[in-house]
Amino acid sequence: MSSIPASSFLLLAIILFCIGLYGALTKRNTVVVLISIELMLNAANINLVTFSKYGLTPNLTGHIFSLFVMAVAAAEAAVALAILIALYRNKPTILIDEMDDLKH
Amino acid sequence: MSSSGIVFSIIAICAILGGLMMITLKKVMHMTVAMILTYFSIAALYVLLTAEFVAVAQVLVYSGGITILMVFGIMLTYHKAENRDEEKVSSFRKLITFLSVATLGIVSYFLVAPVDFVAEEIFVGDHTKAIGEILYTNYIIPFELVSILLLVALIGAVLLAKKDKEEANE
Repeated sequence: MSSIPASSFLLLAIILFCIGLYGALTKRNTVVVLISIELMLNAANINLVTFSKYGLTPNLTGHIFSLFVMAVAAAEAAVALAILIALYRNKPTILIDEMDDLKH
Repeated sequence: MSSSGIVFSIIAICAILGGLMMITLKKVMHMTVAMILTYFSIAALYVLLTAEFVAVAQVLVYSGGITILMVFGIMLTYHKAENRDEEKVSSFRKLITFLSVATLGIVSYFLVAPVDFVAEEIFVGDHTKAIGEILYTNYIIPFELVSILLLVALIGAVLLAKKDKEEANE
């Protein structure tokens, strides 16, 4: 198990974070932007779990915090989709750059 | 390359493939399904890191819960949405975003490349029991706060998504 260097896990997390960031910045569909944000949170979770095994003082705290991140991500997704459905009822669009009612 | 290295490479390729499919596919539903591949790969990665409980939680929460939530979100709104409006995003903006994100990735790579910590066996035996013990001793207050957060999110989501009274009367 110890033959895999820590940096390869961190590199994978960077790649996934960059894919998520690109998706969140370029996509126009609100659901896809939400999925991209979930991917970024997942990449952060990989880092937390990696440093709970590798590092100067490895312990279980990383596992605990990744569980907390999952709980917060689930709550965020539920509230965001509720907002999306409430918005869709008033204005039938799912494109995120047309949801600018508060701006005008 | 050792056997665990090969396993890691396969998992990493699957995870990145799922992410790239999410970016490139045309239909929103296909994107959501492509993300399940990434979620499962990340769960396998957690098993490789001897975090079995987090892996199971990942499969339950992400592959199960959040994906189903997203599918319902798509079906309750505009479920035939193929990204035909995608062309409205100018390719110049895509290029600029890609360059910025690539720069971020390359800079972060040079930050993590010199990291050479050695893996240590943090715990021998039952991880789940140890996590439960820590959760109910050291982290009892954050644990209870998370439960309140989930309750508030549940009530808030129901209140936001349900019809107003005037709206229902119309």
